[in-house]
Amino acid sequence: MTFDPSHAARSFSSVGTRPIRPDGVDKVTGRARYGADFNMPGQLIGRILRSPHAHAVIRKIDTSKAEQFPGVKAVVTAADLPDLTDGDTSMYDILDNCMARNKALYDGHAVAAVAAIDARTAKQALKLIDVEYELLPHVTDVDQAFAADAPLINETIFTTGVDPKPDRASNVSMRSQFGHGDVDAGMAEADFVVARTFKTEQTHQGYIEPHACVANVSSDGTADLWVCTQGHFVYRQHCAQLLGLEASRLRVTSSEIGGGFGGKTHVWAEPVALALSRKAGRPVKLVMTRDEVFRATGPTSATSIDVKIGAMKDGTIIAADATLRYSCGPYAGSWAEVGAMTAFACYKLENVRTVGYEVLVNRPKTAAYRAPSAPMAAFAVESAIDELAKKVGMDAVDFRIKNAAQEGTKASYGPVYGPIGIGPTLEAVKNHPHMKASLGKNQGRGMACGFWFNFGGQTCTDLNIGMDGTVSLAVGTVDVGGSRASLSLVAAEELGIDYAQVRAVIADTSSLGYNDMTDGSRGTFSSSMATISAARNAIKILRARAAQMWDIPVEDVTWEKGHAVAKGETHGNLPNLSLKEIAAASGTTGGPIAGHSEIVADGAGVSFATHICDIEVDPETGATKVLRYTVVQDAGKAVHPTYVEGQYQGGAAQGIGWALNEEYIYGKDGRLQNAGFLDYRIPVCSDLPMIDTQILEIPNPNHPYGVRGVGETSIVPPLAAVANAVSNAVGVRMQHIPMSPPRILAALEA
Amino acid sequence: MRYIRPSSLEDAVGLLAEASGKAAILAGGSDLLVRMKGGFIEPDLIIDIKAIDALGRITESDDCFVIGAAVPCAVLGENTALRHAWPGVVEGAKLIGSKQVQGRCTIVGNLCNASPAADSVPALVAAGAKAVIKGPAGSRTIAVEMVPVAPGKTSLAPGEIIEAILLDKRPPHSGDAYQRFTPRTEMDIAVVSAAVNLTLDDQGVVEKARVALGAAAPTVLLVEEAANILIGSRVDDSTLERLAEVCSGACRPIDDKRGTVEFRKKVAGVLAKRVALTAYQRAGQK
Repeated sequence: MTFDPSHAARSFSSVGTRPIRPDGVDKVTGRARYGADFNMPGQLIGRILRSPHAHAVIRKIDTSKAEQFPGVKAVVTAADLPDLTDGDTSMYDILDNCMARNKALYDGHAVAAVAAIDARTAKQALKLIDVEYELLPHVTDVDQAFAADAPLINETIFTTGVDPKPDRASNVSMRSQFGHGDVDAGMAEADFVVARTFKTEQTHQGYIEPHACVANVSSDGTADLWVCTQGHFVYRQHCAQLLGLEASRLRVTSSEIGGGFGGKTHVWAEPVALALSRKAGRPVKLVMTRDEVFRATGPTSATSIDVKIGAMKDGTIIAADATLRYSCGPYAGSWAEVGAMTAFACYKLENVRTVGYEVLVNRPKTAAYRAPSAPMAAFAVESAIDELAKKVGMDAVDFRIKNAAQEGTKASYGPVYGPIGIGPTLEAVKNHPHMKASLGKNQGRGMACGFWFNFGGQTCTDLNIGMDGTVSLAVGTVDVGGSRASLSLVAAEELGIDYAQVRAVIADTSSLGYNDMTDGSRGTFSSSMATISAARNAIKILRARAAQMWDIPVEDVTWEKGHAVAKGETHGNLPNLSLKEIAAASGTTGGPIAGHSEIVADGAGVSFATHICDIEVDPETGATKVLRYTVVQDAGKAVHPTYVEGQYQGGAAQGIGWALNEEYIYGKDGRLQNAGFLDYRIPVCSDLPMIDTQILEIPNPNHPYGVRGVGETSIVPPLAAVANAVSNAVGVRMQHIPMSPPRILAALEA
Repeated sequence: MRYIRPSSLEDAVGLLAEASGKAAILAGGSDLLVRMKGGFIEPDLIIDIKAIDALGRITESDDCFVIGAAVPCAVLGENTALRHAWPGVVEGAKLIGSKQVQGRCTIVGNLCNASPAADSVPALVAAGAKAVIKGPAGSRTIAVEMVPVAPGKTSLAPGEIIEAILLDKRPPHSGDAYQRFTPRTEMDIAVVSAAVNLTLDDQGVVEKARVALGAAAPTVLLVEEAANILIGSRVDDSTLERLAEVCSGACRPIDDKRGTVEFRKKVAGVLAKRVALTAYQRAGQK
């Protein structure tokens, strides 16, 4: 579907308003059902035994004592999840990550699981499982794992993307390269060059709700799964494949979700819960502890990034180069590739090159985290850009405006941009009162830009009109950020009825066609496209029914403001028929009225943001306080502005935490030291100022209303914006994130 | 696992003394329940002391405050007399966890958890607070700094329960203060901390001083050398610089996930300076 230019000047009646979300009351009164809020008769409690070792061969697992323990109904190991992946290596990795097969590859890797009559029995039974490990040398640091003499994690990994193919295995699973022009020649011409190496530590998505599910496999081979997920259709596909079920025999229902941020796009405990239920013949509930969430799920990559950028005296960037090493856990991934694609996406560059290396480490399998891989690359690039602006003698914003990508720019990762928002966000920042506010002692201001691709994908939506004229909207993209409200607004807009007349639900996998998951900022973008098309299909039927009721040709019926209107000289005097009247008559005019839509939502418009951060640093302790923070981002068209602002604020809050304090800390023994919210420090409310937002609307040409995804871009600039602010406050370039107080103090005293 | 809620201290001591397996005292539960949930401790018997009336009260005699073992930290903050006399002790207690946690947690629990980073302990040590202990062999009263002996370990004998904390009434011109360093503003644990308790003479010269450092060694440190620097001074800049140096030097911290040795040493000195100044200002106003 393409943008309808008539919408540019259109005044929307529902879209752009800020009604209360339909799931709001239940959430604030505690009625909403999350993953752990579902129970079944006869349900057992599942618990997972995890490796305490970073890298070890599993010699033997003896489950006999646990199996005989009173109250235990099933014990499973990898033997109960046979390899059905048929050469699909990425599915095999998922299987191996759910339950270690030959080796434990990180502290927290699942090795066995039990289902028992209660949690206490299950916990005790875990202690009765004997696992014989043969310890292997481990490596958890991305740079150490990259080195030629590092302990080898997987002997079948030969670096792809290099020619000729390497003759020996290594921890580098993939090399990727992007760019155009002649970087070396450009750099040689440059009047000013900045070259720096940056490091970022591994972070977790930090969702408050732990992973939870209830699995129920029946003796007839059908199964149900209730689960907290960002994508129940994808979970169904993965679980069905790993368990050897036909997809249609597994019905997956998504619960409310207490945060996902990409971390709930991957299966971990669900196939194990299904295997336990299959073996026990009873429903099994499995809820992870916080410790398990940290040790086994998430996290994002740790990175080490070299950046070199050259500029001419007039401020034109002449060459840009980056080498990015991203950890991916003990399995191959493509996180570095995404970092290499996004690194310089904000700029118009003649000569640009990025090289990404995927590095295996003995840490949990890297999972998507909100604009996965982009924040770290932006931290490195935007830090170097800031420093280069100073060298050139230009203002940080003006320098970026001069080099910003525009419509028609060939992006560093290949495509040519359509209408984009980087320039407008920079101009808005330049004129924002925040940029002009004065700063006190030990205070600094930083700004930075960020980019994210956004994604569309497969989407299916049903719009059912009830006999009373109210509308049920069944969508298949899990609502993580208020999309039921946004999609109800879109349905109301198209049908010309009140928001209150529409109720959106997330349908289970047996009630709707396949949907990709809520990731890539696609929820509102793609499901709104499908909703518009479903509503327009319903309107076709409504018009036909009205024509039938009037006994006039359908061509003479239009749909205006929720009513069928008869046109033409001969029937202009017929009174309008409301949606309610047509619905009430539907039993005699051909039956229920509904609109359906099945689409691949192509053309997700790329999204840009620019952030400003003020920070105060205590020079005696390295303590930081974020004083003021502003997000300016292009939304294309904000369907529900409050939830767009919420996305901007949420991404900024997570990015600030990442920039300042969040990190996985591993001991020399390869064990995670801080698997809990006490020592893995996400910011609390009192750590943050109110985050100011400004929504820009540069329509996406591929969406009828111009909508772009907004969920992810907001986490891309904060690492750099905060780092630039700290660097400006203390006069030392910060190169290692998080900028925890000990790191700041050490940098000050270096 | 058995849970018992006795109504007298004698019964609690009896239950504790007779317990065959692992027994744990439950007051606010903000340490115990977390440790149980994490699988670090699996008690066979839990003795909840919240039903023992005397333990839930703050009382005053002519010469001291008696704070019962089950008094939540939030209640300390609501006690005007205590807040006026010992603002540093109260601010330590009011830094633990969050508002919700403070509604449950107790300073005796904080003391018996024996963490070197306990927020309420440095100010209690600086205050010269005493712990009243009841056990099968009778009662005894010891200085609070004698209670923790190592991380997670106390000097309490089997069957002994701390009944109350005693804090002296204050002479004129007295003030105390506590500060901790945490990366977060709340819901955090001290990376390092400092407490100072001062009494001044009529001319504003420090007459008595006690300085305590938290998370700087296996137990809270009482730094006499630092106190001696403050005594006889008006807490001027040069005194503060020497105080910082001595406090940094007195630390015997470890490198861990919360901070480095260098960081803790440096910041112990910085915090000592800051709290000494606050304590001095508070003392001067009384």
